[in-house]
Amino acid sequence: MASPSPKSPEQSERTRKYDRQLRLWGDHGQAALEGAHVCLINATGLGTEILKSLVLPGIGAFTIIDSKKISDDDIGANFFLDSESVGKSRAEIATQVLLELNSDVRGDYVDEGPEQILSNSPDFFNNFTVVITTALPEKSLIRLSKILWDLDIPLIVCRSLGFIAYMRVQTREHTVIETHPDNETPDLRLDNPFETLKNHFDSINLDELDLKDHTHVPYVVILYKYLEKWISENGDVPKNYKEKQQLRDMIRSGIRKDEHNNPIDEENFEEAIKAVNTSVGRYEVPPSVMEVLNDDCCINLTAKSKPFWIIAKAVKDFMENDGSNSLPLKGAVPDMTADTEKYISLQQVYHKQAAADAEAVWRRTVHLLRQIGRPSDAITEKDVKLFCRHASNIYIQRGSCIADEYDPKTVDASEMTQSLENPESMMVYYVVLRGIEKFQVEYNSYPGEFDDHVEPDIVKLKACISKLLMEWGCGPLAKDDYVHEFCRYGGSELHSVSAFLGGLAAQETIKFITNQCKPIHNTFIYDAVTSNSASFFI
Amino acid sequence: MGSDYAHRKWCHLRKVLERSGPFCRPDFEPSPNTLQFLSENCKLLVIGAGGLGCELLKDLALMGFGQIHLIDMDTIELSNLNRQFLFRQKDIGASKAEIAAKFINTRIPGCHVIPHFCKIQDKDEAFYRQFHIVISGLDSIVARRWINGMLISLLNYEDGELDQSSVIPMIDGGTEGFKGNARVILPGLTACIECTLDLYPPQVTYPLCTIANTPRLPEHCIEYVKVMQWPKENPFDCPIDGDDPQHINWIYEKSNERAVQFSIQGLTYRLVQGVVKNIIPAVASTNAVIAASCSTEVFKLATSCCSSLNNYMVLNDLDGIYTYTYEAEKKEDCLACSQIPREIQISNSTLKLKDLLAILCERVDLQMKNPGITANVNGKNKTLYMQTVASIEEKTRENLNRSLVELGLRNGSEIMVADSTTPNTVVMKLKFSTSTTDIDML
Ligand SMILES: [Zn+2]
Repeated sequence: MASPSPKSPEQSERTRKYDRQLRLWGDHGQAALEGAHVCLINATGLGTEILKSLVLPGIGAFTIIDSKKISDDDIGANFFLDSESVGKSRAEIATQVLLELNSDVRGDYVDEGPEQILSNSPDFFNNFTVVITTALPEKSLIRLSKILWDLDIPLIVCRSLGFIAYMRVQTREHTVIETHPDNETPDLRLDNPFETLKNHFDSINLDELDLKDHTHVPYVVILYKYLEKWISENGDVPKNYKEKQQLRDMIRSGIRKDEHNNPIDEENFEEAIKAVNTSVGRYEVPPSVMEVLNDDCCINLTAKSKPFWIIAKAVKDFMENDGSNSLPLKGAVPDMTADTEKYISLQQVYHKQAAADAEAVWRRTVHLLRQIGRPSDAITEKDVKLFCRHASNIYIQRGSCIADEYDPKTVDASEMTQSLENPESMMVYYVVLRGIEKFQVEYNSYPGEFDDHVEPDIVKLKACISKLLMEWGCGPLAKDDYVHEFCRYGGSELHSVSAFLGGLAAQETIKFITNQCKPIHNTFIYDAVTSNSASFFI
Repeated sequence: MGSDYAHRKWCHLRKVLERSGPFCRPDFEPSPNTLQFLSENCKLLVIGAGGLGCELLKDLALMGFGQIHLIDMDTIELSNLNRQFLFRQKDIGASKAEIAAKFINTRIPGCHVIPHFCKIQDKDEAFYRQFHIVISGLDSIVARRWINGMLISLLNYEDGELDQSSVIPMIDGGTEGFKGNARVILPGLTACIECTLDLYPPQVTYPLCTIANTPRLPEHCIEYVKVMQWPKENPFDCPIDGDDPQHINWIYEKSNERAVQFSIQGLTYRLVQGVVKNIIPAVASTNAVIAASCSTEVFKLATSCCSSLNNYMVLNDLDGIYTYTYEAEKKEDCLACSQIPREIQISNSTLKLKDLLAILCERVDLQMKNPGITANVNGKNKTLYMQTVASIEEKTRENLNRSLVELGLRNGSEIMVADSTTPNTVVMKLKFSTSTTDIDML
């Protein structure tokens, strides 16, 4: 056989090892992960659980900051410290044991407390991709939060206390191109087909097709034909349920009949009828995307603009000039009943237009780069193609600085106050956790840490919470049972609760590193007693 | 140092086990004995030493459990190492159960994990009866259904009343990419795996005529090579082995030829592997979250420190973090956990035995794999068809093309069905629709 049989590509060991996750975030996601360097402050059980789920998928490097010596109770909550290491540096042992998980990963540690580092070498954090903290006291947290806010480095703050876990992410601005939506609507442009698509549709005459061809026309063609007819009769696309129903009836009437005048089984027509609901409306740029394109960062590019904004501006310019106010075409066509030739030729039409649109956006990107004085290779054509393919799902998240949350002068307590009015709201956990931080500042221990202090600590913790609520201009908290419950925990760390949050915090870190999927916005609470969770924006 | 050390080591657990709180279950009694029960008496069975299994062992060992059996028939592969953290490069080819057990026993002194390098089907009722709680971290639905059936078969009913002490709770976790679920099953009391079988969608299959005549997607080309070309050309004189790179290479090259022939784009080596091996994407973080949730539930059940998850939690961390808990409902006529035989509607009296078998395999609430049927016909137990034993298959094959009526089955007849999804035979009742019966009487 003389067929030019393509040779199978050589599978590298790395590709095989990471196969199961490459199917989720792709080779480019993996490259981002391997180029990242994260910092963990405090190698608690929770801390090492987070790092574990970053080291396994192959993060580039990690640094642990921790001045603690390993105690007996560390051994009971932390899998990455062995029982022989009591008394040794927690940062050192955790680093060593975590590195055993994956030889591709580099790791180091600093055997100093975050307070010392923040005071002595504030530049220390400049080059991390993401910084993660566990069990970090309030004072250091506030300083760290300000530094990272100014550096524009994402910060993930985690706590695990008894059956409760808390995570807060801080990021100035985070942009996502690949949001991985669960359901994507196809981008078909039937209401206003581009020229080559219109020519393609016009080249097909349903009435002239023999039966075999008729049952193998892609539903997209059928839908277009009847929509075109509808528009010529009614002046616009069908808008409400009734009109859509009429369009469906029109399509149904086009199904061929057998010799007894019964409609035959034409799956492609059934698919067209089903698609009426999603695919016959007027083309519209999603409002969330319009918001991004009208953002100040998009309109007013500077020499320092991120690639995301430069491409976004190029897309905007494309829309306003070459694209008749539409985003660059996605180019993907869903599978449908059709024969190979008809399906592939339709697919080619969409593909080619998508490539042409991306090409136009690429040219505009190069032009913009020149305008703002950046080298033309600052953004690759591949980046632009990726952006264009996902343009209808791009996303931007703007956060708030944690330090502001802790300053009575800057805190915006409206979300807290409002949520607390709802008896079901999990905001109560946030309030008690903040009370506990106050307690720690005042008494240098967790409430309930010592067996003979539980009852008096309940009173003290209530006082801390009242003080906090007063700062917010809030009434007292009528939830004594929650205060009691947290004093029962006495600062204990339950491994399965830490492992739960550890996995989630690692995934949020990966979201920041790969710019794929939307992170939480911005506070997350988990209650293992009820297995419920909630997210708030604070 | 022993007990003093243990005392300090478990100071985290001791706080929640030796102190009471407002959200504890009413029957919870704070006591130092609970921790001792966990480490010395409470016997757990973890099924599966894969992505979930590794996490489960770590979590349970650090939640104070000391008596854990572990069962897994698989050996370690390179592609496991991105999440199955108890294994190293040097362990590739060794038993997952054995390596995982050894690792935990070394890392956490006082925890005893006993490995079983075998299939769950190799163990009998006496083995399963010894456990307080069974935790499954499986990727196979058939295996999940089997262990579910086993735990249900261990239930004792006296005068129709369930003997509560025969209930062995099952905690089940599952993950796929960034999604997962955890659930608590009290066999005989709450929804079991079979009650909610429709949660597992049947695997995507492509119609034969599409892959043969009108391929449009790269997947169609791969399926064609897999189901048509391989059996015909038989390039290695054996069935496809998804783990043999030579096999994958052959399929890749042939499906690529076909894709080129039909101008189909997007065929990659990774896609070929995915389709041939039916690969489910997996990442460390999701496994960690789901296993942790399962372990918390084991801890709650074993200690009564708070109420159990009732009874199903789903997780999705693609868009922020989303969790949702709800009560999956027990099915009145569940094939596995109800005492009522499932009725199978027969709408056509000429229905053949092979059609009935197809129904058993295709219905989303049955999804059987290789059903064998026996029935009581005229007072005699008769095997109508059995696929799993070659000699019986041969003898009963001719029944496939006979109609149910010809085989002596009538409205109300009970059939006993054996299948790899259950350790027990399942009784079903045939219900011929009225019109059929009418015709019968005519
Ligand atoms: Zn059931």
